[in-house]
Amino acid sequence: MQWQSTDVEVNRSDGTKNSETFTPAPAKDQFQEELVIRPLHSGDIYASFQFRTLWDTDFLQEGQKKVSHYRLFPKSLGQVLSKFSVQELHISFTQGFWRTMQWGQPFIPSPPGAELWVWFHHTVSDVDGNWKELTNVLSGIFCASLNFIDMTNTVQPSASFKPLGLGNATDHRFLRYATLPREIVCTENLTPWKKLLPCGSKAGLAVLMKSEKLFHSSFHSQAVHIRPICQASFFSKSWELRQTLNVVFDHYTSGQGKKEWSLFKMFSRTLTEACPLASSSKVYVDITDNPEGELFELSPATPLLSQAVVLGDRRTYSVYDLTRAETFGQLRSFNLLLRWKGDSGDMLRPLLHAERYVAGFGLQTGEIHTVIYNNHPYRAFPVLLMDSVPWYLQLYIHTLTVTSKSRDNKPSYIHYQPAKDRHRPHLLEMLIQLPPHSMTEVTVQFERALLKWTEYTPDPNHGFYVGSSVISALVPSMVAMSTNFTQDQPLFSSFVPVKEESSYFVRVYTEPLLVNLPTPDFSMPYNVICLTCTVVAVGYGSFYNLLTRTFQVDEPSPPLAKRLANFIRRIRGVPLLA
Amino acid sequence: MRIFAFIHLLVSIPHGYSNYVETKAGQFFSSGHTNNWAVLVCTSRFWFNYRHVANTLSVYRSVKRLGIPDSHIVLMLADDMACNYRNPKPATVFSHKNMELNVYGDDVEVDYRGYEVTVENFLRVLTGRLPPSTPRSKRLLSDDRSNILIYLTGHGGNGFLKFQDSEEISNMELADAFEQMWQKRRYNELLFIIDTCQGASMYERFYSPNLMALASSQVGEDSLSHQPDLAIGVHLMDKYTFYLLEFLEEVHPASQANMNDLFKVCPQSQCVSTPGHRTDLFQRDPGSVLITDFFGSVRKVEITKDTINLTSPVDRKKYITGFLCCQTNL
Repeated sequence: MQWQSTDVEVNRSDGTKNSETFTPAPAKDQFQEELVIRPLHSGDIYASFQFRTLWDTDFLQEGQKKVSHYRLFPKSLGQVLSKFSVQELHISFTQGFWRTMQWGQPFIPSPPGAELWVWFHHTVSDVDGNWKELTNVLSGIFCASLNFIDMTNTVQPSASFKPLGLGNATDHRFLRYATLPREIVCTENLTPWKKLLPCGSKAGLAVLMKSEKLFHSSFHSQAVHIRPICQASFFSKSWELRQTLNVVFDHYTSGQGKKEWSLFKMFSRTLTEACPLASSSKVYVDITDNPEGELFELSPATPLLSQAVVLGDRRTYSVYDLTRAETFGQLRSFNLLLRWKGDSGDMLRPLLHAERYVAGFGLQTGEIHTVIYNNHPYRAFPVLLMDSVPWYLQLYIHTLTVTSKSRDNKPSYIHYQPAKDRHRPHLLEMLIQLPPHSMTEVTVQFERALLKWTEYTPDPNHGFYVGSSVISALVPSMVAMSTNFTQDQPLFSSFVPVKEESSYFVRVYTEPLLVNLPTPDFSMPYNVICLTCTVVAVGYGSFYNLLTRTFQVDEPSPPLAKRLANFIRRIRGVPLLA
Repeated sequence: MRIFAFIHLLVSIPHGYSNYVETKAGQFFSSGHTNNWAVLVCTSRFWFNYRHVANTLSVYRSVKRLGIPDSHIVLMLADDMACNYRNPKPATVFSHKNMELNVYGDDVEVDYRGYEVTVENFLRVLTGRLPPSTPRSKRLLSDDRSNILIYLTGHGGNGFLKFQDSEEISNMELADAFEQMWQKRRYNELLFIIDTCQGASMYERFYSPNLMALASSQVGEDSLSHQPDLAIGVHLMDKYTFYLLEFLEEVHPASQANMNDLFKVCPQSQCVSTPGHRTDLFQRDPGSVLITDFFGSVRKVEITKDTINLTSPVDRKKYITGFLCCQTNL
């Protein structure tokens, strides 16, 4: 057992003891939870939960005893990490599509369905074998059909999914990415997700997660992100597990048309206590658009304010600290109330957003159009577009065109891996420079393949899904981003590491496509058998009868009187009657 | 140790209760099972087959309530009704009209969902022939002391059950699968319940011992659905499972209801079809088989009044493994 006592003195690596800021060594693992509520201009409300467990341990060490004592970090995930030598793991389950034009940018983007991308450690020899087993194990942990991830929908992006944590791994042979756009998310995925939290769903912010309310929303996304990070104050590598849940409540269906939101209305629960195992438990409400209180009224009022630079903008938040008893007031229950007073007007257009659709008609060919908008008035910036198309949509890459402002725009980097039927999907990655204030269109023609009759799903007329395209970019920021990593930063602003001040990282997912493939009529074998058998029976039967049937004259039997008369005549020996 | 505790129990209780104690002790030794498993399968796809998912979830709910944990339940739902876009109340599946009882609940774990529910996967789960990378929650890890409850619902016919509108399982395949399970000693006793049209045809071909089967209708009869709900727009439950759920709601972990009560569930006056059952392959008398032998997971715990000293780690380990395996049947 690797349990070490917590009262061990910190040994500074430079050998000197800093007597001014001597702090006792903290526990090896810590847990923080936060909820960010962002009112949207359309009257909807966006709530983002983040739960972070930091643990100062090493799952991938060799030669030392395996980690066996788990406290806050869930054991099921820890065992998965050490067994498959996982460097980074990101898995998300999303129901609904994020509408960037109406809601802005999310804190943590995710595509509809399930998405899984994993960086394996550079010591792994059989990455494909580990990937296959990992997807099966995760399908058991999250009650999802992730076992449908196999080589026909896995790709190895060369540039789009760089590690978000520590890692020298830049060899994309150790990266695997797959999406299942058809994957349904429901309570059975939320239940095991909640069980991974240290307090479960019994205390803290997780009590708000009632499935009847969470799934009755426009957008619901839950994710698990695991990565190694460097803790600035400890000079050591720690593992960070972030569980995030993003939900957007529609003000017509969940809000009953009134522009008034409260925790009780959103989640049918109020908060009564923070998770006792959490070192920090906070609720943030975005009040940037409401500096004087003219747009909406927030109660209970709080003096705590916090400013954070997130997604390229400086936002102001009201902070409620749940570890303090006065937040809960007399009734020991904390219910946030937001009441709209005025009309909010239009939202600022997001700098980058994208759309995708299929053009064409018929069941033989088609064309995929991806449209990327750069709404910055004067800055151009490059974006990396990644498309992973299943093999049954056979792309004609010679018809690939990229046009911006009706002129040809040649990408500076293209990585294309053609598909192999039933073996591997298409992977297309391009670095495109978007001119300022423009629309860029990427089109490519394809032909639909005819599948073998056993390869169709039980409901083939529904169509076949093509996963979302991923657009990753460093978008110019309006405000200087902070590159210092401090412990006090709220979780939502510290998810993506910031490398430079003038831009921030954004990932935009397009819509998934639903494409009809030429589908046979599955009742035809039965119909053909019936018809053929009937034709053969009628045709052959008639022919046989004609050949073998003989006709005989049949005399009708005489009436009773005549039969009696003939009988008497026979006895007498006289000739019979006719 | 066990005999000693048993005698101790008998002696220390006054004579007036001795009869009660004797019947309890008799039951303790009667059924030879030590753990319970359940395999609950809904085989229908599409929104208008909402009632089949509601059927399966009602049995799931009862089985969980009576004590079988999620790790011992293999739940297979061929389509998602709760979070279907046509469901006016997402994340709910109701069994009564007017939305009285949400059988989906807040704590549900579905092991096989959507396209994974196929005849092949079902037979592999039963016989245990799964690929090595299958996680534990998707396996039926039963042994020769397990009582298994198998519940199937969907659309069926004379001798077959339709899976997902694209394939079928025949009664012969099912009988052979159970025979494989018997030969591999994967069950102690098995209760098979089927709620489909002509359901009795599915258990006609069984030939392995220790099987008891119930069906919602005889050969040539259709099983009917119960009530539509005008808000949701589909029929919510099938008649047989509706009355079965009503019956099971009365059962609690300590109840003494037996199989004869289960056979009486949903007579023809309520169900329109005639439910059938088959007990000739079962060795015990159905009147002595408790409902909780299959639907619940009753742990047989013996109370002992003597103190045990746990001193050295070696003794402790030996004692605990001996104590635990003999005293509490895990």
